Amino acid sequence: MALAQITSVTGRGVCVPGNDIDTDRIIPARFMKCVTFDGLGEYLFYDVRKNADGTDKPHPLNDPRFRGATVLLSGANFGCGSSREHAPQAIQKYGFRAVVAENFAEIFFGNATTLGIPCVSAKREDIARVAAEIEANPGLELTVDVAGQQLRYGNQSVPVTMRESARDALIHGRWDAIGELLEGLPAAQALARTHPYLAA
Amino acid sequence: MPKSLFEKVWNAHAVRTLANGQTQLLIGTHLIHEVTSPQAFGMLRDLGLKVAMPHRTFATVDHIVPTDQFAEPFADPLADAMIKELRRNCADFGLTFFDRGTGKQGIVHIVGPEQGITQPGTTIACGDSHTSTHGAFGAIAFGIGTTQIRDVLATQTMALGPLKVRRINVRGRLRPGVYAKDVILHIIRTLGVNGGTGYAYEYGGEVFDRFSMEERMTVCNMSIEGGARVGYVNPDETTFAYLKGRPYAPQGAEWDRAVERWRAVASDPGCAYDDVVTIDAASIAPTVTWGINPGQGVAITENIPDPRTALGDDKASIEEALAYMKLQPGAPIKGTHIDVAFLGSCTNGRLSDFQEVARHLKGRRVAPGVKAIAVPGSQGVGRLCAELGIDRVFREAGFEWRDAGCSMCLAMNPDKLVGDQLCASSSNRNFKGRQGSPTGRTLLMSPLMVAAAAIRGSVADAREVFGVS
Repeated sequence: MALAQITSVTGRGVCVPGNDIDTDRIIPARFMKCVTFDGLGEYLFYDVRKNADGTDKPHPLNDPRFRGATVLLSGANFGCGSSREHAPQAIQKYGFRAVVAENFAEIFFGNATTLGIPCVSAKREDIARVAAEIEANPGLELTVDVAGQQLRYGNQSVPVTMRESARDALIHGRWDAIGELLEGLPAAQALARTHPYLAA
Repeated sequence: MPKSLFEKVWNAHAVRTLANGQTQLLIGTHLIHEVTSPQAFGMLRDLGLKVAMPHRTFATVDHIVPTDQFAEPFADPLADAMIKELRRNCADFGLTFFDRGTGKQGIVHIVGPEQGITQPGTTIACGDSHTSTHGAFGAIAFGIGTTQIRDVLATQTMALGPLKVRRINVRGRLRPGVYAKDVILHIIRTLGVNGGTGYAYEYGGEVFDRFSMEERMTVCNMSIEGGARVGYVNPDETTFAYLKGRPYAPQGAEWDRAVERWRAVASDPGCAYDDVVTIDAASIAPTVTWGINPGQGVAITENIPDPRTALGDDKASIEEALAYMKLQPGAPIKGTHIDVAFLGSCTNGRLSDFQEVARHLKGRRVAPGVKAIAVPGSQGVGRLCAELGIDRVFREAGFEWRDAGCSMCLAMNPDKLVGDQLCASSSNRNFKGRQGSPTGRTLLMSPLMVAAAAIRGSVADAREVFGVS
């Protein structure tokens, strides 16, 4: 299975500010009543974006200036809470290709990486600076350089970081581990035979 | 070299190192439910793959089941489609399914231990962040996403990097009226909602030594709310006594050999930890959350924080939380009016939770205007409560007594808050909209505190309401 080598993501950005943005907020549980991930993009941040009658609330994703953004910026502990892959699926299906935040909750980070969405961490002041630039110039093009660990915009850049195993997997096109795991299946079966609790 | 339980279990299940440096880890036990698994089976079919070890995946249905209607089809066609899909997938791939007709159905994190599937020294994965619950037995249990469910189905392994281990000692004795729920809410409040990122939490100390398995499960359950993907307690006699005789526990001579292995898997004395935190049990009070994440809690005797006296990040997050919660800054949390009381969930939906409340509830009545529901975490828990007459105590007090399921913890079923109702809840998350209404409000607390709030109609100190001393 040939996967894309994700070395960088370029596009316009939008900042959804705040710390501890949980996966219930990213995709409310009632939209998980589905047996496929199709159409989840529509419900991204639904309850903070929409009123009960379906009209828009003020929210960065409802702001026409940021329409078409592919890089999502946010605060600390992004994606905390539930393990629902529906959250990164909704982010990806909405059109985002990368997320920049101060740091990420563990399960969210793993789920996003497995979908080929780079999640890079940046310093709070750097995120604030880039967010201010986007606010002033929504057409600004950002490049999340996964390989070079930089977030570039205009003629400036700020450093970003990412866990090495995830960075390696993205840039070498092995972020979906299934191929490698299948190669290791015979070894896994051999190891399983040494554990009495795994006896068939 | 002395080793921690985490290290021993990890090493015993490491298949090999992958190209990116992660470990291919053997997952001995895979638990699935209806919400996060259907897409994984879809991917499996698309790739033409089989389930590698079908006897090691166990399914149940919990999130979407109505708790007041046993008959099918469900009123909600989406929920009905999900249970049918799980039935089809289990049948097609030959997996054990604790379906609603078996008498064994319930919340996945209650069913695993109840059946004796959850065992010390094992690795467990489930597409649910509260999988950390199973760590109470000295298992390493991971919440995973749907693509990883596919990986575990197809290979009984997944790709993972190791975690650091933080030992959390809770020393001394808990004061009367202070429960396991208060211990974990206190830990999260102290270490922060992301304090555990990158760590497995090893809970220990006199409080955990004395805790029952159900109390240990309550604490391990909420590890993820503190950012720790994994939480565990070293196995001991309490663990073995709980498991003995359960349907999937080893039997006969194999039991003795298993206990020997389980003893050996506990952290060695003198092993190195990446971090150690010590908490004095006497400093823990009945704890109630006032905000929109589980770390935003106070002791029942304390006041709601005031953003005017807070600094930096705290100020902004308190403001955001109080605007959503519609609570008065600086006011006592005690006396906050409630609309709904919910007792149940994978955190506090076990026999001892209902037993402890029932002990105090006799002769009391839920306050007028409060909707109070009690939801056993499994059909097994429901049966035991019925045998002991516990369901009657709840009903006579004015609680609705329901069938097993996740119910109002996350409202993927008909049990939901309406409008901006405020709910005293024994569940695990108080996120915005968590209980099903986009403006609904949740205060997390122990089961006895939920009962006290139900009786008073407002947040109350259970020690005063029930004369606990």
